[in-house]
Amino acid sequence: MPTLAEKVLAAHAGVDRVRPGELIEARLDLLLANEVTAPLAAQEFAKTGAGRVFDHRRIAFLPDHFTPCSNIKAAAECRKMREFSRQQDLELYFEVGRCGIEHAFLPEQGLVRPGDLITGADSHTVTYGGVGAFATGVGSTDLAAGLATGTAWFRVPETLRFNFEGRPRRFAGGKDLILHCIGRIGVDGARYAAMEFGGGAVSDLSVEGRLTMCNMAVEAGGKAGLVQPDQKTWDYVGSRPDRNFGQRGRPLSRDDLRSDSDAGYAEVYDWDVSGLGPQVACPHLPSNVKPVEEVRGVRVDQVFIGSCTNGRYEDLALAAQVLRGHRAAPWTRLIVIPATPWIWRRAMAEGLFEIFLDAGAAIGPPSCGPCFGGSLGVLGPGERCVSTSNRNFVGRMGHASSEVYLAGPAVAAASAVCGEIAAPEDVAGPEPAGGGGAW
Amino acid sequence: MVKNPAEGELIAGAARVLGDNVNTDDIIPGRYLNTTDPAELAGHLFEDFSPELSRALSPGEVIVAGDNFGCGSSREHAPIGLKARGVACVVAGSFARIFFRNAVNIGLPILECPGAAAACVPGEEAVVDTARGRVSFPGSGKTFEATPLPPFIRELIAAGGLIPYVASRIRAPERKPC
Repeated sequence: MPTLAEKVLAAHAGVDRVRPGELIEARLDLLLANEVTAPLAAQEFAKTGAGRVFDHRRIAFLPDHFTPCSNIKAAAECRKMREFSRQQDLELYFEVGRCGIEHAFLPEQGLVRPGDLITGADSHTVTYGGVGAFATGVGSTDLAAGLATGTAWFRVPETLRFNFEGRPRRFAGGKDLILHCIGRIGVDGARYAAMEFGGGAVSDLSVEGRLTMCNMAVEAGGKAGLVQPDQKTWDYVGSRPDRNFGQRGRPLSRDDLRSDSDAGYAEVYDWDVSGLGPQVACPHLPSNVKPVEEVRGVRVDQVFIGSCTNGRYEDLALAAQVLRGHRAAPWTRLIVIPATPWIWRRAMAEGLFEIFLDAGAAIGPPSCGPCFGGSLGVLGPGERCVSTSNRNFVGRMGHASSEVYLAGPAVAAASAVCGEIAAPEDVAGPEPAGGGGAW
Repeated sequence: MVKNPAEGELIAGAARVLGDNVNTDDIIPGRYLNTTDPAELAGHLFEDFSPELSRALSPGEVIVAGDNFGCGSSREHAPIGLKARGVACVVAGSFARIFFRNAVNIGLPILECPGAAAACVPGEEAVVDTARGRVSFPGSGKTFEATPLPPFIRELIAAGGLIPYVASRIRAPERKPC
C-alpha cells in the first residue's frame, strides 16, 4: 500500500494510486526561487509564450543568497527577479529586510503545509518535508515550466524508511541524526528516493529539528525528505498565519497523511540511536561523518552558526546555551546569522544577542551568508571552519584550499570557545542528573 | 559530431575521465552564481576542483565520470557552463537527480552508463549512442550498455528541451490591443 510520498503525489496527479518508477504529471501548490535561480527561470519563462504565470499567489521569490548585495553583478540579478515579480504581481515576493533564508522563512510564515506538493529552484527545498510536504529541488528551466503550467513531471520515487529509536545524548539533535544517516548510507545512498524519517527519536524532535533533518536529505541524493505529520506538526502549522491559497490536489485528510502500515518501502533501516552523541562531517563530503570525540582538537579559524539547516531560533538558543559566559578563542572568528527577521528579533528580545556579542560574535542580517561562499564570512586560503550548514565540498565556503567541518549548533559553539573542534560538554560541563533531551 | 542526439546520431570525442561524486560546486563555484552568462560560466568551470582541468577542458570532449555526477546544488549554471564550453556529452555511472533533469531540460546530452569510467583511458576516443544506450571506446574495443532514457525524456529532448515542449503545449493565443 502507498507511502506518504506516494499519497501526496497521487492526490496531486489526480489519480487513486501511483507506483514507484511511474512518470506522472502533477499539480503544484507552491513554487519558489531565489536570486541565483529566478533570473534564469524568468528568462526561460518568457520563451514559453505563457505571458502570465499560472497563479500569482503561489510563487515565492526570495533574494536570500547574496543579499544585501555586496557587488554589482548580484545586485543586477536581484533586480531581474524583482522586476519579474512586479510584472507578474507575485504576492510572495519578499524584499531584503522582510525576508529570510527561503527554507526557514516559508515554513515559519505558514506558507508550506502538510500534504503540499512543492518545487523550488534550490536543492534544499526538501526541507519542507519536516512539516509533511513533498517538496523537491529543481533547476531554473523546470521552474520556468512550472510557472507557466502550474504542473511538473515526476518519476515517482521509491520510499526509504528510516526508523531512529532511542534517546540521543544531550546536545545531539536533528543535525546529528541526519549526519549519522548520511554517514551510514553515503552521499548517493538515497539517490532518486524519498526518505521517510520516523521512530521515537524523530517524534521527540521539534518541528525545527525535523526541518533540519529533511533539509539534508538531498545530501544523501534524496528527492524528498519526509516526516509524517503528528500533533506537533499540526500545532506548528496551526500557529502560523493563514495563507490565501489551498492545495490543488484531491483533498487529503490528516489520516491520509501517513504511510499505510503495510506500505511498500524499498528499504527499511532500523537504527538504535540511544546515546548517540554529536556528529561531525569532515572535509570534503557530508558522508565523511565521525563522532565529535574523534575530531576533537582540530584548530579552527572560523565558526559559522546559521543557514537553512541550522539558522532557526532553536539552533541559536542551543548555541547560546553553550556560549553563555564564554568568549570565542582569540584566533577564531564567530559568525552568527539568524535565518529570518522574526528569528533575529526574537533572538535579540530574549537576550541571545547579549550572549553572542559577549562571546565576540559578528551577527549578520538574515541571508545564506558564507554557506556557499557568497558573502559575510568567506574563507581564505588554508582556513578551516566549523559550520552548521549542509555542504563541505572543496571550496564550498571560499578558497579551494579551505576546509569545512559540518556540525550542529552545540558543537559549533563549543568549537568557537575552544578554538578547535570540541564537544559541547567540554564547555558546558557534564550532563546534570536527570538531564538529556533531543534538541 | 552529433547534430541531434534524439535522432540517434553518434557523439564522438576525446574522453575526459572524472571520479565519483563530482558536485556542482566542483563544476562551477558558488561565487560565480552572481551571473547567468553562459560564456562567463564556461570560463570558470572546475576552477577550484582542478585548475589544470579548468584550463584544458576543450570543446568536443566527452566527460566520462563515475557515480553521482552533479550532486549538490540545483544550480543550472553547471550544465549551462558545460554546454557553453562545448562539452559534447556527459557519461556517468549515475547522476544526481537535479543535474539529470537540468541537463535534459537545457539539451546537454547525458547518458547513465555504469562501468564506463573505470574502463576508460583518459584522452581516448569515446563514442556515445544516446538513442540505443551504448558507450564504446574504439581504441580498446570495449563497449558498455547504458540505461536507456525513458520515452518521455526522449520526447522532451526531441522537442528541443523542456521549454519548447511546454511552449508547444501552451500555444498562447496572440494578444490583440483592445
